[in-house]
Amino acid sequence: MLSIRDLSVGVEGKTIVRHLNLEVRAGEVHAVMGPNGSGKSTLAQALAGHPAYAVTGGEVTYLGRDLLAMSPEDRARAGLFLAFQYPIEIPGVSNAAFLKAAINEQRAARGLDELDAMDVLERLEQKLQLVEMDKSFLSRPVNEGFSGGEKKRNEILQMAVLEPTLAILDETDSGLDIDALKIVAQGVNRLRRPDNAIILVTHYQRILQYVEPDHVHVLFDGRIVKSAGKELALELERRGYDWIRDEVGAVA
Amino acid sequence: MTTPTKTLEALATRDYKWGFVSDIEADTLPPGLNEDVIRLISAKKAEPEFMLDWRLRAYRHWSKLERQAGEPKWANVTYPPIDYQKIVYYSAPKRQGEGPASLDEIDPKLLETFEKLGIPLGEQKRLAGVAVDAVFDSVSVATTFKEKLAELGIIFCSFSEAVQNHPDLVQKYLGSVVPYTDNFYAALNSAVFSDGSFCYIPRGVRCPMELSTYFRINAAGSGQFERTLIVAEEGSYVSYLEGCTAPMRDENQLHAAVVELVAQEGAQIKYSTVQNWYAGDAEGRGGIFNFVTKRGKCAGRGARISWTQVETGSAITWKYPSVILQADDSIGEFYSVALTANRQQADTGTKMLHIGKNTRSTIISKGISAGRGNNTYRGLVRILPRAANARNYTQCDSLLLGDRCGAHTFPYIEVGNASSIAEHEASTSKISDEQLFYCKQRGLSGDNAVSMIINGFCKEVFKNLPMEFAVEATKLLGVSLEGSIG
Repeated sequence: MLSIRDLSVGVEGKTIVRHLNLEVRAGEVHAVMGPNGSGKSTLAQALAGHPAYAVTGGEVTYLGRDLLAMSPEDRARAGLFLAFQYPIEIPGVSNAAFLKAAINEQRAARGLDELDAMDVLERLEQKLQLVEMDKSFLSRPVNEGFSGGEKKRNEILQMAVLEPTLAILDETDSGLDIDALKIVAQGVNRLRRPDNAIILVTHYQRILQYVEPDHVHVLFDGRIVKSAGKELALELERRGYDWIRDEVGAVA
Repeated sequence: MTTPTKTLEALATRDYKWGFVSDIEADTLPPGLNEDVIRLISAKKAEPEFMLDWRLRAYRHWSKLERQAGEPKWANVTYPPIDYQKIVYYSAPKRQGEGPASLDEIDPKLLETFEKLGIPLGEQKRLAGVAVDAVFDSVSVATTFKEKLAELGIIFCSFSEAVQNHPDLVQKYLGSVVPYTDNFYAALNSAVFSDGSFCYIPRGVRCPMELSTYFRINAAGSGQFERTLIVAEEGSYVSYLEGCTAPMRDENQLHAAVVELVAQEGAQIKYSTVQNWYAGDAEGRGGIFNFVTKRGKCAGRGARISWTQVETGSAITWKYPSVILQADDSIGEFYSVALTANRQQADTGTKMLHIGKNTRSTIISKGISAGRGNNTYRGLVRILPRAANARNYTQCDSLLLGDRCGAHTFPYIEVGNASSIAEHEASTSKISDEQLFYCKQRGLSGDNAVSMIINGFCKEVFKNLPMEFAVEATKLLGVSLEGSIG
């Protein structure tokens, strides 16, 4: 589904992600872990097409298309979803109106008919249960005045509503209490299907107790330095990131 | 990659769909202004003596102002001097026969023009729930639902008809809120105004439909000087809408209107404007000079006047819809969205004059500047010493799109007693790259993202507009940007 080859990404002239390679197949959940500053968020933002993150080398194929040649909105319409680490506020625009616009623009791009307000509302109400939010959540302005936990749950709600093919969650678990974390994890698990894939970008192993990854990668200094099964996450939790640093140092 | 700036450029150079000219035979006076012109306008309308006297007094006052100081220069706008002798002060579509025309006597081209503007006047097609007075250049050409409203005692007609049929009401209220001595343009309007709308809502009557006037400038070289007078008697209610468009021309055209509202005890007047005069092109050529005086008076206890305006057009807007809170417990409100794109300039705001006790006022102003537009909020809140326990809340927000536009705020607050409270909040913001990216990441196009963010910014104002107008206003600001970015 997603094939990243030799990808390098810079921000303001400074290279953050270096010659990164990653293969993601349908039905898989990948955890991308690493210490602060290792390039996790840069990777997530670059895949979504944030204009401030300049791809300086490599290629990315998504569903057989050249992802890097696509605009951010085209990537979204092709089913790529990014749950933001810091969700953005849009004052005066209700969650419901925002999602209705997003659903319909994505549907239009896929040649589907527009959903009317009633259909959208019905769909939103179903998904609300998933994130344990009540209906008033829909009439509040997008992320404005939301607590940190509410913002993260709102990202999961959007993900559930938009039903992406590839979901990238950028530290969605950070800063959450255990109840919110469980809600987020549940949302992710419900989305798991044989025909889609999830990349969980995270600093901590905590969420992986609830969402079982197929692959765990350790990102260090902009490269994936270690890949293994879910047991790697436990080892990182137990031993921290320092031993990776030592291992990488030893190789270099 | 689409940058926000590019999207905003598209907004700044939007198409004007209402810029066509109708080929209609007109009865037009030669350009120029003197007492004879005023006598001629008055004679064309077969006005009673008191009207001509009033016009002439206004003209003499205006001439004095023009000789002494000229037009007011304090506004934060720049434009070349206006030659008032080059303006045509009266241009009316030629009419067959005498007297007010019934619909089937109206030139089909006129009906066609209004239909093209989305204002069908014919019996079959006219808008449900909205009575329309259609003003074309200097005269009103039709008023719908007049008879139905008359059953409730509501008078809704052109100003000219009101002068003929209700001279006592006109004489009583004309100039009672905006005297001809008020300012330069009010004096000019009083001297030469040729038509406009008149509404009178009798005591205790709730007007069952929206009343509306649609102003259309068509003739070249002419100015439009209309006057609207709304009187709401004790305990009555009326919601009034106003829309306007003009052809695209390279010359500037002057629009100097006066609106007067009188609300008696417990009456409520909601006055909404969607102003979409031609704004000029990207280089600032052409467009309407919109120099307008609008004021309401809460004459009776507990009266309430609300102004809601969405100003998207005109090369220059100079406009301060105000409320005189004369009676105790009266309420004044001003909700405004002003958009300046290209080289448009707006100096707009309000005056809330608290005279009565326990009077309240709310001001919500949203200024949006794009392109090389320049947007100024100018507001005065004056609480007189006897206005005990008066309250004002003012919120003044500016949104900048791009880096070549300007936003300015001139709030004046004068509080004359210790029991009153005035609050003022202000903010300036930009549409951030992060907001745009967030929207795009959900699949929205750049255009739709910008429209959505702008509409969110204006929401507090739009929610005060009647339904049909809210949709229209949203469209105007969204400005159908489709296909304008790649």
